[in-house]
Amino acid sequence: MPRPFVLPDLGEGLTEAEIVKVLVQEGDRVQEDAPLLEVETDKATVEIPSPVTGRVAKIHVQPGQTVKVGAVLVTFDEEAGRGGAASLGTTLARSAPPADHTTSATQRAPAATAAAATRGSGPVAATPATRRLARELGVDIHTVRGTGHGGRVSDDDVRAAAGGRPPASAQPAAQPVAPERPATRKPLAPVGAEAPALPRFEQWGAVERQPLSHLRRTIAERMTLSATLVPHVTHFDRADITELDAIIRRNVEPARQRGVTLTLTSFLLKAAALALREHPQFNASLDPAAGELILKRYCHLGVAVATDRGLIVPVIRDVDKKPLIELQGELAALAQRVRDGKATLEDLRGGTFTVTNIGALGGTGAVPIINYPEVAILGAARAREEPVVLDGRIVPRVLLPLSLTFDHRVADGADGARFAAAIVRRLERPEQLLLEW
Amino acid sequence: MVMGDLVREVDVAVVGGGPGGYSAAFRCAELGLETVVVDASRRLGGACLWEGCIPSKALLHVSAVLGEVERAKEFGVDFGEPRIALDALRKWKAERVVGKLARGLAGVAKAKGVEIVGGRGVFEDSRALRVEGDEPQKIRFKHAVVATGSAPSPLPGAALASDRVMDSTGALELSDLPERLLVVGGGYIGLELGQVYTALGSKVTLVEMTDGLLPGVDRDLVQPLARHCEKLFVKIRLGTKVTSLHEQGSQIEARFGEGDTVAFDRVLVAVGRRPVSAELGLETTRVRPDAHGFVAVDERCRTADPRIWAVGDVTGEPMLAHRAMRQGKVAAEAIAGRPAAFDTVVVPAVVFTDPEVAWCGLTESQALREGRPVRIAKFQWAASGRAATLGRSDGLTKLIADADTGRVLGVGIVGPGAGELIAEGALAVEAALTAEDLAATIHTHPTLSETLMEAAETLLRPT
Repeated sequence: MPRPFVLPDLGEGLTEAEIVKVLVQEGDRVQEDAPLLEVETDKATVEIPSPVTGRVAKIHVQPGQTVKVGAVLVTFDEEAGRGGAASLGTTLARSAPPADHTTSATQRAPAATAAAATRGSGPVAATPATRRLARELGVDIHTVRGTGHGGRVSDDDVRAAAGGRPPASAQPAAQPVAPERPATRKPLAPVGAEAPALPRFEQWGAVERQPLSHLRRTIAERMTLSATLVPHVTHFDRADITELDAIIRRNVEPARQRGVTLTLTSFLLKAAALALREHPQFNASLDPAAGELILKRYCHLGVAVATDRGLIVPVIRDVDKKPLIELQGELAALAQRVRDGKATLEDLRGGTFTVTNIGALGGTGAVPIINYPEVAILGAARAREEPVVLDGRIVPRVLLPLSLTFDHRVADGADGARFAAAIVRRLERPEQLLLEW
Repeated sequence: MVMGDLVREVDVAVVGGGPGGYSAAFRCAELGLETVVVDASRRLGGACLWEGCIPSKALLHVSAVLGEVERAKEFGVDFGEPRIALDALRKWKAERVVGKLARGLAGVAKAKGVEIVGGRGVFEDSRALRVEGDEPQKIRFKHAVVATGSAPSPLPGAALASDRVMDSTGALELSDLPERLLVVGGGYIGLELGQVYTALGSKVTLVEMTDGLLPGVDRDLVQPLARHCEKLFVKIRLGTKVTSLHEQGSQIEARFGEGDTVAFDRVLVAVGRRPVSAELGLETTRVRPDAHGFVAVDERCRTADPRIWAVGDVTGEPMLAHRAMRQGKVAAEAIAGRPAAFDTVVVPAVVFTDPEVAWCGLTESQALREGRPVRIAKFQWAASGRAATLGRSDGLTKLIADADTGRVLGVGIVGPGAGELIAEGALAVEAALTAEDLAATIHTHPTLSETLMEAAETLLRPT
């Protein structure tokens, strides 16, 4: 069974490493813990041992390449309990040289020498630009069969070999169950890290391919961007909202008479907006190119709205300045527009911080992904009545689990804890909300 | 070192400002890397610009003009005896050619923000260079590029320290015109400079250790040049070794083999070049030059030390500026994390003599030696209209193609302008064109470039 092996977490907050040496070759059998690769981080040169005993089916990296933690380095064919398979290739002994570079100064011949021999005489029949494309796609051009005149390898041959668009003849016989859709296939916009090629799932059973909707695609791209780009950190807290809950209950009816359904979300928005005044670095964006933090002197909060098409985050302007009842009305109208698919671009732009309340769907907590280029997001789970020890007595209180996820480039754990506490304080003592606006 | 405490941090430190070094530096700067070039002479251009390709080609142009003037007599045009003002010639070469190009390079460096530090760069470890000389300092780098090039080899077993014994650098200074010049070495440097001195009036004797001029080049390409040199030079002695050189008064006595001794006014030693890799402090890094002094690099021009790259002559043969320049760009892109590779198929070579000899890719003798199934087409310039109009029918254009696919694997040309014509051959081999591609491309008439098309056409006919 093929088993991908990814660059493990190297600790100390290191997110990438440079491959110095690949100590095995494709086809080699390796023992568990035998050295596979040598990588260099900003801090040290580290030897990465094999996690399994098996055969190296594919090496995905080459010396000099910088890889992120989690990137696939090697794919193994695991062969547990199978020994003495000499025909599978040379067995790499555990006695591979230690990290003594002075003794291993010999250069490995370029891959060309070995591979070219399999392809008859002459250098690779491809233009320099096509060869560059092959390198970009990680294709060994020596293994690509050229379909052009005189055996020339074209860009298309290289792309086909990369698996992006397999030639028609290579399609599996078992066709997908789903009907063909006219939607044009388009790859997601790349964000640096390249996903490794997918296995052919058809070999294990029937599959169905569904094109992504535009919204799904947008969500996927933006979440990948954020999750890839932003170092996320999450702080958890709980707010005792027994009092606030009572206030909301008492005012549901008066609010309804004014045409508004009072919900906890509007109080969350208000509490967050007021806490952001004290902690402006969470109402900001990072400009890494300039090396500056852009603090926003306005407070437009996004609210995550689940629709049957997917997640949409409309924005309510100037949350810090608006009365609660107005906020609640605007929120309801906005959410309705979004669900009806009638939101305007302006409804969706300009947010500075996002609140997502997943309480309606249950659960005890969630770690949302930051709505890039914002730097923080507040998640609220379902508020529940729970036994709490208060003055030596167990009393029922309504507790709201909160999670504050933020960009660690912009703020540290202590900042997050203080900001979360500022939100909790306002939710626990709703009169503060009154006094502050 | 007084200024030893001054440490600067850069992304890339390039050691050596020759074509490999400045190409790497310029590309690094374009890719946003902070780059410095450490060069002992504190100028860009290296041996190529200051004591190699460029000044020699300036002088060879003069030599070609003189040759044309001589040939013009055949057309009924006589300019009389040329008078050569050596001072003016030296000045033109130094100021209008080398100086102008040097100013251009300095301007590019400035525009790209590449700083040039004067001094000798010595590695202290895999992260730092010590600069000795004019601007002593310490440079900490993320990556270094060794581009220290090569220097003329001394005559083995017969080295003599004398003003009258020159290497190519000295010969290009043109300090005087010796009456009798001995050129040791029948490679491209010896032939080019031998022709320059002949054109300027010296009587040249050329000695070559092997049994032919331009060792390694197909004989049919060398033959027209050899024939011309036989006319130009007093004597060409093949299979001959210079066993000793002695200074006697104002002349040098050279002994050939175990035999005769002949006196010359000057001697030019052009027996090859050797890489400059000693005294660079490489022993403090993981880089280990081989027995010849070459530094091994991988496809991306990286040495055994992951932070140290090397380009140009110091990395091996062929020691040619254009190879160094390509390597420099590859190294720069690799440093910037791009998927670059020096996967070049051909490094074309040109001998700028009269006639010029140029080749790229597979040679006929190499194909024979390796038993490669190839088809070879030769087109004699005697059948070229353009060659006839130039009064030069002594050229030859040769194609070596794969026997099965017709793919062009090598090209060889001898004749005036071969150095320019070879570019099409290099493109054809590099881009994997077939003889049919060349034959079906319209070449302007009447030009010498048609000879490539004509040669390709002969390959399309059944054998």
